[in-house]
Amino acid sequence: MALSHKVRGRLAYWLAALVPLAFLGLFFAYPLATILKRGLGESVPTDVWFDRGTLQIAWFTVWQAAVSTVLTLAVGLPLAWATARLAFRGRGLVRALVVVPFVLPTVVVATAFLALLPPSLQQGVVPILLAHVFFNVAVVVRVVGGYWSRLDPRLWDAAATLGASPAQRLRQLTLPALRPALAAASALTFLFCFTSFGVVVILGGPRYATLEVDIYNLATQAFDLRAAAALSLLQLAAVTAVVVVASVLEGRAGARMPLASELAATHRPTRRERTALTAILGGAALLFGLPLAALVRQSFATPTGAGLSFYRALGHETPTLLVPPWRAIQYSLLYSTAATAIALTVGVLAAIAIDSARRGAGGGLDTAVMLPLGASAVMLGYGFVISFDTSPLDFRDTWWIVPVVQSLVAVPFVVRILVPALRAIDPRLREAAAVLGAPPSRVRREVDVPLLLRPLGVAGGLAFAISLGEFGATVFLARSDRPTLPVAIYRFLERPGATNQGTAAALCVVLMAVTALSVAAADRLTARAGSL
Amino acid sequence: MRAVAASLAAVVVCIAAADVGAARTASNTVVLVTHDSFAISKPVEADFEHLTGLTLRILQTGDAGEALNRALLTAGHPEGDVFFGVDNNLLSRALGGNLFVSYSPPALSQVDRSYDLDRTHRVVPIDHGDVCLVYDRAWFAKRKLRPPSAFEDLIQRGYAKLTVVENPATSTPGLAFMLATVAHFGQGNAPWTFWSEIRNEILVTNSWDDAYNARFSGSSGHKGSRPIVVSYSTDPAAEVYFAGKPLAQSPVGVVRSTCFGQIEFAGVLRGAKNPAGARKLVDFLLSPTFQAGIPLTMFVYPVREKTPLPSVFRRFALPIASPLRLPPATIAAKRDAWIRTWTDTVLR
Amino acid sequence: MLQVSGVSVSLGDTPAVHSVTFDVPEGTTLAVLGPSGSGKTTLLRVIAGLQLPDDGRIVLDGVDITNVAPHRRGVGLMFQDHVLFPHRDVAGNVGFGLAAAGESRAETRRRVAELLELVGLPGIEKRDVRTLSGGEQQRVALARALAPEPRALLLDEPLGALDGPLRERLLADLRSLFAQLRLTVVSVTHNVEEAFSLGHEVAVMRLGRCVQTAGPDELWRSPADAWVARFLGMRNVIERDGRARIVRPEAVRIEAGDGAVVVSAERRGPVVRLRVRLDDGTELETEATALDHPLPGDRVGVSVDPAGVVDAPSWQDHGP
Repeated sequence: MALSHKVRGRLAYWLAALVPLAFLGLFFAYPLATILKRGLGESVPTDVWFDRGTLQIAWFTVWQAAVSTVLTLAVGLPLAWATARLAFRGRGLVRALVVVPFVLPTVVVATAFLALLPPSLQQGVVPILLAHVFFNVAVVVRVVGGYWSRLDPRLWDAAATLGASPAQRLRQLTLPALRPALAAASALTFLFCFTSFGVVVILGGPRYATLEVDIYNLATQAFDLRAAAALSLLQLAAVTAVVVVASVLEGRAGARMPLASELAATHRPTRRERTALTAILGGAALLFGLPLAALVRQSFATPTGAGLSFYRALGHETPTLLVPPWRAIQYSLLYSTAATAIALTVGVLAAIAIDSARRGAGGGLDTAVMLPLGASAVMLGYGFVISFDTSPLDFRDTWWIVPVVQSLVAVPFVVRILVPALRAIDPRLREAAAVLGAPPSRVRREVDVPLLLRPLGVAGGLAFAISLGEFGATVFLARSDRPTLPVAIYRFLERPGATNQGTAAALCVVLMAVTALSVAAADRLTARAGSL
Repeated sequence: MRAVAASLAAVVVCIAAADVGAARTASNTVVLVTHDSFAISKPVEADFEHLTGLTLRILQTGDAGEALNRALLTAGHPEGDVFFGVDNNLLSRALGGNLFVSYSPPALSQVDRSYDLDRTHRVVPIDHGDVCLVYDRAWFAKRKLRPPSAFEDLIQRGYAKLTVVENPATSTPGLAFMLATVAHFGQGNAPWTFWSEIRNEILVTNSWDDAYNARFSGSSGHKGSRPIVVSYSTDPAAEVYFAGKPLAQSPVGVVRSTCFGQIEFAGVLRGAKNPAGARKLVDFLLSPTFQAGIPLTMFVYPVREKTPLPSVFRRFALPIASPLRLPPATIAAKRDAWIRTWTDTVLR
Repeated sequence: MLQVSGVSVSLGDTPAVHSVTFDVPEGTTLAVLGPSGSGKTTLLRVIAGLQLPDDGRIVLDGVDITNVAPHRRGVGLMFQDHVLFPHRDVAGNVGFGLAAAGESRAETRRRVAELLELVGLPGIEKRDVRTLSGGEQQRVALARALAPEPRALLLDEPLGALDGPLRERLLADLRSLFAQLRLTVVSVTHNVEEAFSLGHEVAVMRLGRCVQTAGPDELWRSPADAWVARFLGMRNVIERDGRARIVRPEAVRIEAGDGAVVVSAERRGPVVRLRVRLDDGTELETEATALDHPLPGDRVGVSVDPAGVVDAPSWQDHGP
């Protein structure tokens, strides 16, 4: 019976892990393996891997992602601090708004940037880095900020009374305390920048290519599947390495920081903090506000003067799209709701499995869950197209294949947010529940889940935003008569003419609004329910 | 919490009820696989469905090159019944991939023989258009400069620094323009001398969308900074049609001597689930109804003779009389090598 | 009756508990007393089922529960610093075990009210647990542990963070509650007074071993060795050659006369602790209750009642 404890623990892990593993196996590993096999056949493409061009591209991919990550942290951490620690009016709004850039299709953001940047900066590395920061600050603010706001502020009070200056507190208390969240946010940001496509294609021009861009061109233009497959493997390997390093950093976070209620974590800013707050919010308004404002302005700039005609056009048929544009809103909401539900289910189970597993097994599942972020969207899309075309697996035409593929990209976020949150739950709470007679399943339900409600809200909101803005795989798989908002925007941008461009801008504004609203709603709902 | 869950469920049900589509059996549906630039108006689509009793579903899978490659990927197990969008530059790749089965629609007799590049009719021509240098009228007028009129202007008038070009490796118009320079300057070294002279001045983008909408000063929306772009000969009509207000003159002009002719083909896919329906669809694509609708939906020209053009085309975008052309066999043989040379000359 | 026999636990490579054996008769309280690091909390966790022992058995009311999962043992545990569920109110905390057992909502409500009444906090069902004071949290934690009617109750430093009068009150309340409910209790503490006050028997632990188990009076009368004596607060321990002479404080009497000098006199609330040095160099401590007591520097006479002297080894290696 002593064994049954351990065995039962292992069994629980495997049961919880079963769903995510099956999900990833069927919808990620299988299609990817199929297309890779199609491309590579039996050969080992060392010639592609060690080609000088490949090495150059690989190097560029790595360093631009690293620099982007550092810059994003530099810009995002002050904003994370402000929204996590200071109580100010509009705090909730700022937290919701910061997710909006994340959701916008890269085409839209790149074009907005181009409108603002001087010609000398319109193509090259600098606009790439700027755009990366623009997109990914959301990750830092939500993931690090969310974690920060649940740390016990009395620790900092204690440090202050012991004579530590603000700089010392930052270095010796804040940063180590935040390490799990920092590792998670950095890993996610690095991965996004590493696999960046739209930004590099538009703002980098033909002279700059990341691995992802190269894979895309090889697969879809040159139709050199072998080279594309070879580079996909390389990309996967690199991503796996990043994920492993990140999870080691996250896991070694050491002492559990006592988590206090979120309300207690914020305080009214002191005078110095208020100046800092103004500067931070002002900077954020500039960096994020300007491009977004340019988009909003464009949506009202009709050829006959400022007006709503582009918005009115959303209700009408147009040859650019197979359905009236407002239907794209409907389909986006449908797909994203489904994708969020899938992502939360798979993600929660995966997080529980990872948290309760022993070192090796947990790490394996952790890495597996993150891999979809590192796989080339086009190869995965191709994989879907050729693997799911015959029964019993002929899903190619179903409506739900789109939310499934969107959730593949969202699950890593859910896991990265929930695992540190799970680890931070005082294990004695679970013990107390057990001693009071609750079997392990009930313990999970009555202790873990309520304490996770807030992080679940953050994760759900982010998952919703991600699936709203997902483009790369969606455009492959969505039926043309059921477009999402990003697909519709892209179609309008592809056509010349003021009405097409204006309609695209109007759709962008709608996309931004839907994102901000849904994220704010998720925040609000879980604040009330979670009470932690 | 329960209330939240219930309302969320209600929302989802409402959205889903909107239209997740009834199951459509293969026999009464025909699927057209094509690229993003395909368009068809609702009345024309209704006409087809009325005429044949079939439901038309359209699958758009990227730009012309991407869509073709995806079709090649699924050769034998196609995603649809008909593929539309092979252009003459990529014809060899399409035919080499054994994508199609032959079908000769009766309406071919109404089409000029010069468009019919595949005499075995694995693919048939549906529309044609041109890729040319397009310029911003107002920009040149304001500075009292003469607009470009030939390739050589890019060098002799220093107009290269005003020009945006697409990468032929990633963009179909970019490829067409590169082929245009070969057609104009000849197949020796001359085109590459031309390119090497302008390489430092031109701006190269990866896609037409980026070039036209973001970098070209003549397009509405974002105001780019360069007034010359590689684009389509029908742009003058498109800009007027989508201007949102009446215009007396088109904001953009075309450099006719730089135009390279494109023909677009369609064919019945091998392994299609509904081959009979596929044939009916190909017939329809060559029908007067569809051909007449081509200009204002796809902004290219119909191949069917005597098809009337809409007035905006007659005023602003009459077809180019003799665009530059290269024999398909030559393109097939040399295209990839030329792309490599271009990349080495311009990008490295 | 709770029987612990031969329980040994190692945490990693370090042995934390070594072959501990004791019985707790039904309706009585055993206080486990020891300094931090003596293994008493680990022992408690083993009895609760939160840790598996390497050796030994736990038998409760005749049933061997050594390998039974914690949620099925019927053993309650009150944690050090309470560990109340922050996401539930008081009623949600207290009723947790009842809900887990499948009680109806009405029954749970009734029981919760009853228990809160019992611990002296009626009517606070809806309060947020984070707003309660230390003492209130203590009582709520107690009510919570009692709700599922455990067959044995374990307490880990129950009075840990409480101050003076509150301690006294809670101590009294606990005693009367345990008696009223006829609970079998094991209470772990490092505080001697608390152990003596609560426990019918006291088990002294040191470095993972149970050094002596006896009733409070017996413990006071004959501490097993010098270490135990000192731990219990006896200060008059004179060691020589592996043996110690322990003089209980009440056996030392100060009277007018000569033979010693007062070294220090500290008032400790109601009593004054006097330290005197005999002319032969030995120092002894005792307590005086009179307001009027000798001051440092005074010469006094000291007599020692031989009945209050215990001869014991310095250090007893193996427990009974």
